[in-house]
Amino acid sequence: MATYRLNVNGRQREVTTDPSTPLLWVLREDLKMTGTKYGCGVSACGACTVHVGGVATRSCVVPVSMIDDRPIVTIEGIGVDPVGRAVQNAWIDKDVVQCGYCQSGQIMSAVALLKHTPKPTDLNIDESMGGNLCRCATYVRIREAIKSAGNQLK
Amino acid sequence: MSRIRSLTLTISAVTIAYVCFVITTGTATRAEEPSAMQGLAAWQQVYSVLTHPRCINCHTATSYPQQGDDRHRHFANVVRGPANTGVPGLNCSSCHQKANADSTGVPGGHNWHLAPLSMKWQDENDRPLSSAMVCRVLKDRSKNHNLDGPGLLKHHEEEALVHWAWNPGRRPDGSMRTLPPLTHEQFVLATRQWVEAGMPCPTER
Repeated sequence: MATYRLNVNGRQREVTTDPSTPLLWVLREDLKMTGTKYGCGVSACGACTVHVGGVATRSCVVPVSMIDDRPIVTIEGIGVDPVGRAVQNAWIDKDVVQCGYCQSGQIMSAVALLKHTPKPTDLNIDESMGGNLCRCATYVRIREAIKSAGNQLK
Repeated sequence: MSRIRSLTLTISAVTIAYVCFVITTGTATRAEEPSAMQGLAAWQQVYSVLTHPRCINCHTATSYPQQGDDRHRHFANVVRGPANTGVPGLNCSSCHQKANADSTGVPGGHNWHLAPLSMKWQDENDRPLSSAMVCRVLKDRSKNHNLDGPGLLKHHEEEALVHWAWNPGRRPDGSMRTLPPLTHEQFVLATRQWVEAGMPCPTER
């Protein structure tokens, strides 16, 4: 066991856990932040996506011991970011969500895309969102919402 | 006494003559350098490592990396991206960290990325290029970040991702990933012999 000081959504949090524990389980079990979802557990579906040091990261495969001092942003904290707020608004406006299970990961990946590419092409969206699966197949509405959010950003 | 002086003079003359011969012909130096034949043999050793999955999986000619000993396309729709590090939202570092994560089976190392397309060692159908072609690509300074022989040797000796091939960590099922056919020391030695032999390349058959 080891103790880690993590910056999660701008707050310093301290957890004591096994170094090999994936970040996902630290967020969900230790910090009780259940917005980030467990999907496949092997980084194949994207449901567990959070931002670590500004990079969309599959939290189910990254041990907490490898986070170091990089700030973590989860779905609970993305709304305070202007891009995150624009994406959340577009998600509501386009009524993207069906069952909703994958959507926190979808939003985190979409925000990462728009921060680098504010006006993404269809190819940009296909490539950046290709690792986020949705069994309800909301992909068409996700694409619309990403473009809509991009258009709202200055 | 005069016989001793005569013998000394004779030995000195022979020594001077030998030194002059060596300087003008380079015989002694050549004897220490690997021949072109030895260089080609060393290259084949190097090639056997470069085309092992731990190395060639990230030297693709396509828009994606490969994984596994069967060199299948990387799962999760991972793509190369403009800087060979994936794309925003799906970067290499979205999963691959600074070291292997043996608890989750994800390999990692410093600056995890694909080799640039200029350093592809496969064709577009994911077949490894021939020994002659990889040899030419490897030593082409317009394609290899302007590395000369000593630079290539240093790269093979010190680059973190080269070292990773001999410390590839565990697969998600807990088993160890396979290693290249030579040890890292043997690989560096073979590279050194190839470089010292003038980096000869096999001719295309």
